[in-house]
Amino acid sequence: MMASPRTAAASLLAALLLSPLAALANSSVNMRQGVTPLSRDIYDLHMLITWVCVAIGLVVFGAMFYSIFKHRKAAGAKAAHFHENVAVEVVWTIVPFVILIGMAIPATKTLLAIEDVGDADISIQVTGYQWKWKYAYLDHDIDFFSNLSTTPEQINNQQPKGEHYLLEVDQPLVVPVNKKIRFLITSNDVIHSFWAPDLGVKRDAVPGFINASWATIEEPGIYRGQCTELCGVNHGFMPVVIDARSQADFDQWVVGQKAEKVAMQKAAEETWTMARLMQHGAEVYARACSACHQANGKGLPGAFPALDGSALTIGPLDAHLGIVLNGKPGTAMQAFGAQLNDADIAAVVTYERNAWSNATGDAVQPAQVKAAR
Amino acid sequence: MTTQESHHDEHHGKPYGIGRWLFSTNHKDIGTMYLWFSFTMFLVGGAMALVIRSELFQPGLQLVDPHFFNQMTTMHGLIMVFGAVMPAFVGLANWQIPMMLGAPDMAFPRLNNWSFWLLPFAFATLLSTLFMEGGAPAFGWTFYAPLSSTFAPASTDFFILSIHIMGISSILGAINIIATILNMRAPGMTLMKMPLFVWSWLITAFLLIAAMPVLAGAVTMLLTDRHFGTSFFDAAGGGDPVMFQHVFWFFGHPEVYIMILPAFGIVSEIIPAFARKPLFGRTSMIIAIASIAGLSFIVWAHHMFAVGMPVAGELFFMYTTMLIAVPTGVKVFNWVSTMWRGSLTFEPPMLFSLAFVVLFTIGGFSGLMLAIVPADFQYHDTYFVVAHFHYVLVPGAIFGIIAGVYYWLPKWTGNMYSMALAKWHFWLSVIGVNITFFPMHFTGLAGMPRRIPDYALQFADFNMLSTLGAFMFGFSQLLFLVLVLNTVRGGTKATASVWEGAHGLEWTLSSPPPFHSFTTPPQVK
Amino acid sequence: MNGTLQDPVQARETANRRLGKRLLLVTLAMFGFGYALVPLYDVFCDITGLNGKTGRIDAASVPAAAVDRTRVINVEFVANVNGNLPWLFAPQTRRMTVHPGERRLIHYVVENPTAQPIVAQAVPSVAPTVASRYFDKTECFCFTRQTLAAGERREMPAVFVIDPDLPSEVGTVTLSYTFFAAPGTEPTALAQADPSR
Repeated sequence: MMASPRTAAASLLAALLLSPLAALANSSVNMRQGVTPLSRDIYDLHMLITWVCVAIGLVVFGAMFYSIFKHRKAAGAKAAHFHENVAVEVVWTIVPFVILIGMAIPATKTLLAIEDVGDADISIQVTGYQWKWKYAYLDHDIDFFSNLSTTPEQINNQQPKGEHYLLEVDQPLVVPVNKKIRFLITSNDVIHSFWAPDLGVKRDAVPGFINASWATIEEPGIYRGQCTELCGVNHGFMPVVIDARSQADFDQWVVGQKAEKVAMQKAAEETWTMARLMQHGAEVYARACSACHQANGKGLPGAFPALDGSALTIGPLDAHLGIVLNGKPGTAMQAFGAQLNDADIAAVVTYERNAWSNATGDAVQPAQVKAAR
Repeated sequence: MTTQESHHDEHHGKPYGIGRWLFSTNHKDIGTMYLWFSFTMFLVGGAMALVIRSELFQPGLQLVDPHFFNQMTTMHGLIMVFGAVMPAFVGLANWQIPMMLGAPDMAFPRLNNWSFWLLPFAFATLLSTLFMEGGAPAFGWTFYAPLSSTFAPASTDFFILSIHIMGISSILGAINIIATILNMRAPGMTLMKMPLFVWSWLITAFLLIAAMPVLAGAVTMLLTDRHFGTSFFDAAGGGDPVMFQHVFWFFGHPEVYIMILPAFGIVSEIIPAFARKPLFGRTSMIIAIASIAGLSFIVWAHHMFAVGMPVAGELFFMYTTMLIAVPTGVKVFNWVSTMWRGSLTFEPPMLFSLAFVVLFTIGGFSGLMLAIVPADFQYHDTYFVVAHFHYVLVPGAIFGIIAGVYYWLPKWTGNMYSMALAKWHFWLSVIGVNITFFPMHFTGLAGMPRRIPDYALQFADFNMLSTLGAFMFGFSQLLFLVLVLNTVRGGTKATASVWEGAHGLEWTLSSPPPFHSFTTPPQVK
Repeated sequence: MNGTLQDPVQARETANRRLGKRLLLVTLAMFGFGYALVPLYDVFCDITGLNGKTGRIDAASVPAAAVDRTRVINVEFVANVNGNLPWLFAPQTRRMTVHPGERRLIHYVVENPTAQPIVAQAVPSVAPTVASRYFDKTECFCFTRQTLAAGERREMPAVFVIDPDLPSEVGTVTLSYTFFAAPGTEPTALAQADPSR
């Protein structure tokens, strides 16, 4: 979308006046232009207001510092006695008002474009959970959770931090480019906020309430954002990662997802060896459990209980499986029965019962999980 | 009763010992207690800010776990808003309003004692939650449901109790101030002749009695939701968590102005004094404060644009919010015009006031940017917002308070403070504040959400800078403490008028003023 | 001397008390207003569709003749289960096309796979918010709490009408239901009290 002549003129003027500052535009110290028509409109609007504010600031502070310099007592200034001037006061009430109208017009236009409720090509439901996102493709029968994949060792400074520290996930939201995507945003527990800066989309995820937002991504790429509403302990650890692909690549991804789903169902019918359970369990634990119970199983005293040597993980299997499947009311422990498949739960329970100092020797099979549901 | 007490005091002099403070009904003693209490809370809340900034010095978790980090952000906000800024303004009001109006004391001296002494209990309760099982409240000072209802720690009930006590304290203080202003003025002190500080407090006090009860209502609903089976904010029982935000911000936005209007008043006293020129556009200043206060009740939803509301609602709240720029602009233009062709000197109160005008205006600009809904979708809940409200609250409200203390401290103590130390305090504070908060605009625009204990690598440089600035700003406040203690103990004697250009009834009293300000009312011409 | 001083001072005391009492009344009124915001908010939401809640109308009040055959609206159905409620919940149809004014029936399937009865309440929501005030239901399982016996599976109907006044730019409407465990009857609390599990 073209920038309005007003925006263009203001930017040009500002760029000439303050070219060093203009060089900062769209760098890592400014709002991102993003990859959707709306995010670019928002960026233009942001730059317009910024420069208007800078211009007003220069005039007002210029006058003030001129006065500070020229009208010093030390410089021999004698105080005048005027204390009102109706004409001047009327002018500086009306002029700002006119400037505000000048800002409100493009702002209203962009807002109406953002809230354009017309038809979309693809609907994706985004559900906030403490502390991960669930993406469900309403037209493709695909849904999955997207967890932070940065390792606890990186967070705790035991390993060097990767390039996308805290902005990487195990499974990104894959979307096609040049299609109008409709995000339907809600939450399963507390209020979260779904933010993808490059898409110009930020909407709160409120339990019981469905919020809609739209984006048409014009360039393939990986776009990163974060939850922006305080949602509890791990609020800082639930990134949004969007992988925008060409339609052909997207279609291929959809086919791959469906095949994977079939393979997972098949795997759940097999009998798993202890080694396989432990290996898969460690992976599931890292993405679904370690944020709270910690990689070392020690938990966080006062907030999250330890699993290492706890009565639950070395006690009866039924109780352990029950808590993992159904959660624990009044706590942050969620019902993972709705989030993980039988094989995942079997593996992670096996892992929790045999990792660290725990050594029950139990190998839980997917069939046992299915029976316990 | 009051007359008997004052007769008693006149015969026997000032009460002494601990009883002087515990049972005080004297506006000056109570004002002093408010100010010391506020300064203590400022240091406590500031220490929490430094915990936050230390954790954010580098990416990764170093010092505290995320749960404790969230407790720190929550407590820092609550303590600074309700413990530092608001009591400081009430303390200044206590000291100054009776002296500025030519009154012997506040309208309700014993109520005054009670409203102060509620505060230590409120904050002891609030701080005690840090030592409770499950930790202190960790849901931010805005305590959005359901994080503060279904998902909150047990200590939330103590938080609710302390909010109730603080609320009662502020409301009683506000009633006292309104009654003092409306009923206790010296003969000839008409409303339009009142000093700007008194005017700003009159309007603030009305905001307090309109807004604080709504907050009390919100926390009461939260309490009954938590324990007595109501479902105001619980969707399961037919409530709505978004309604919490509406009720909260219906209080919250006037609250924001409660924290800035008295600072407008202070700066409007100081700038004319050091420009040696009357305040420009006095009447329009008063009208501007009143219109800002009025508008504060119809802009609340601009805190919640991302929550999802019909476009008509978004437009309404965007336009009303932008409108606030008009009266605010008038105030800034008037201050600059007051300086224009004055005869300026730059004593510490003036330095802090000048910094106030510039830095508050920067905070105003970012406020205007936040009002633009489409842009707000990108700014909302990022460090850009943190930068914005710290610009209006730290070099805004807090510099206003410090300017007021520097202006009136020689009057209160009878001693002049060390100009050199005050100037060190000023320059370290003003540089520290900008190093702390200016980079936050950039981290926010670049995409860093607020209230996170750890962040992506591209935000590292600016966060490190902010942390260095925060320590500089924080520790330079200890200079202020030393300066005030030295001034209370002694120093060059101050004259009655203290400042060459200062006008007003308080400067007609001796420095320090008599225990009872005006036992016979002065005649105002 | 004393007598002349006393009178104005006493008069001021009385005035102070009167003003103080009035201000206290204002405070109490504002506390009440805080509570009044709750019904006001509901009224406001009804008028503006602010919170995305849908309308409820009597079956009799739907005029049969008002169907607008020239216009087609895409309606999407979404089902959610909040928190740890262990129900399985899904719409029978993912989407349908509807003419404004036309009365349509949709079924949701809900199942309680656990070994004890559970009570829950469905909360409706419509996106975009602007559409919610034009989305009316004559019959819905969300009007009352639902109790499902252990292992029970049920089809739950909802009958809805889209008001022909729906703004013309709206082409797709999403109807979402979220089941919340009824307060005080959280299922896992029961599960834990039940020694057989």
